[in-house]
Amino acid sequence: MRDRIFKAFLLISSLAILLVCGAIFYSLFTDSMEALKHFGVAEFITGQEWDPNPDSETYGALPFITGTLLTSFLALLFCIPFSLPVALFNGEYFKGKKIAIVLGSIVDLLAGIPSVIYGLWGFYTLRPIIVSLGLSEQGFGVLTASIVLAIMIIPYAASLSTQFISMVPTDLKEGAYSLGATRLGVIKNVIFPSAGSAIFASFVLALGRALGETIAVTMLIGNTNNIPLSITDTANSMASVIANQFGEASDLRLSSLVAIGLLLFVITGVINYIGKMIVKRFN
Amino acid sequence: MILINRSSVAYRKFKDRLFYFMVVILSLLVTVPLVAIIAEVVVKGYKQINFSFFTEVAPTTLDAMMAKESGAIISGGIVNGITGTLLMVAAASIIAIPIGIMGGVYLYEKPKGFLSSIVRFSTELIQGTPSIIIGVIVYAWVVVPLGSYSAIAGSVALAIMMLPLIVRSTEETMKMLPGTLKEAALALGGSYSSVVIRVLLPSSFHGVFTGILLSVSRVMGETAPLMLTALGSSVVNWNLENPTSSASLLIWEFYNDPNLADLVWSTSLFLLMIILVLNITAKYIANRAN
Repeated sequence: MRDRIFKAFLLISSLAILLVCGAIFYSLFTDSMEALKHFGVAEFITGQEWDPNPDSETYGALPFITGTLLTSFLALLFCIPFSLPVALFNGEYFKGKKIAIVLGSIVDLLAGIPSVIYGLWGFYTLRPIIVSLGLSEQGFGVLTASIVLAIMIIPYAASLSTQFISMVPTDLKEGAYSLGATRLGVIKNVIFPSAGSAIFASFVLALGRALGETIAVTMLIGNTNNIPLSITDTANSMASVIANQFGEASDLRLSSLVAIGLLLFVITGVINYIGKMIVKRFN
Repeated sequence: MILINRSSVAYRKFKDRLFYFMVVILSLLVTVPLVAIIAEVVVKGYKQINFSFFTEVAPTTLDAMMAKESGAIISGGIVNGITGTLLMVAAASIIAIPIGIMGGVYLYEKPKGFLSSIVRFSTELIQGTPSIIIGVIVYAWVVVPLGSYSAIAGSVALAIMMLPLIVRSTEETMKMLPGTLKEAALALGGSYSSVVIRVLLPSSFHGVFTGILLSVSRVMGETAPLMLTALGSSVVNWNLENPTSSASLLIWEFYNDPNLADLVWSTSLFLLMIILVLNITAKYIANRAN
């Protein structure tokens, strides 16, 4: 009897997880219906105006989609030249050594810092640097947000690729050494070819992180509803526009914000799924 | 012009060394942001941390402005934020820990079933969901029906974010247990539930506990979902039905108010220290078990 109750609890808990996930999708879908019906799905996605003025009310998601994609890909670009060396440092050069464990822990701690503190640091330390370099007047914008975002996703990209690099079979590497390869040769001709797809996947998953990052981006991107034309432009990401305007929004505007949430949910879901699939195939 | 023989041993060795140094230098550069952030938060924040910091609520803009004009340290603290964080993280843990652990046990027991595969997929999907979206849906589920922002709404949002980590760490740790452990316990006549509760879960305590600590440290710093659910409050609130502040929400408020900017650093220092201690403890427990 106790066993049956216990098993029922296990089942109920896993059904609850399933239910939460289904309900997230359902709620986002039903609450964004008003906006999607009013504008049409394609028109909403490609709409360039975000105008809350009651007389000419019209909402389009394109500026925020561009803002999100631009900041995230830029962040990914900035993060690769640092996370790949960390992965080689921890997974190949100093694999299992004390210094690798120390560096690994430091990188992990970087993942623990709250997003809002990254935002503060970006605002008080990075933004003045951007201003003094003359890149933009106020220091806000896509570039500032991307740099902070890059630092935030380094831990994810680095720790995942470290795992995959250290999984490359030793006999393959020894084979290459016995043929006279240098360490660089082994990395280029053995490690990258055999773990390349998984390393790629870890960057895809890091991108998934960057896409949804909210508060740090909100503090740094400048919060303007235009399509960013250069990397020093101010903009808004999908997450930051929700964070900025959700509290004051109602009716059609609220529904449009939820629709942006739905789009973001789908985009991050697809990106994460692709990353996970590549990892699964690698294993 | 000097001709370089690209295949000579010396050239290849040189390239190898160069690459090695670049890897080391770039890797060490990654530690710079961590050190810079911690240093800035400590240097700018320690001055404000005193007794009243932990006993008084956040000051109003006016009080802070007057204190600044007279050159004094801004009086007041963040006790409304500390209690709010405590309340919401505690309530979120009460919701998420049992469901998470039992969900993890289910996945461990039925690793191949159809339901398990979709539950596992859901867990991964929730884990990848941006925190602001969790805020949006909890707003629709809890804030709208209750008619007001509330601590319970914040707790539900945090609980959803904690779930995936707890499920995964429970399942992963239990998978590492030797199969003979379960067989031995069953052979001694233990019922299924007592084998799980009294043998399997205690043996995987370190992993489950690490997962819980990490999930707590992750949601403790969350700001975006709380903006849409708990909203914030200028008084200490222990009622789950009322709007509540949190340490992270206070950082956001201080950031937006130039008069209160001094308090932003001490609040960050406080939050950062707690989160780093939680992280390091989690890591220590995980390492000791291995």
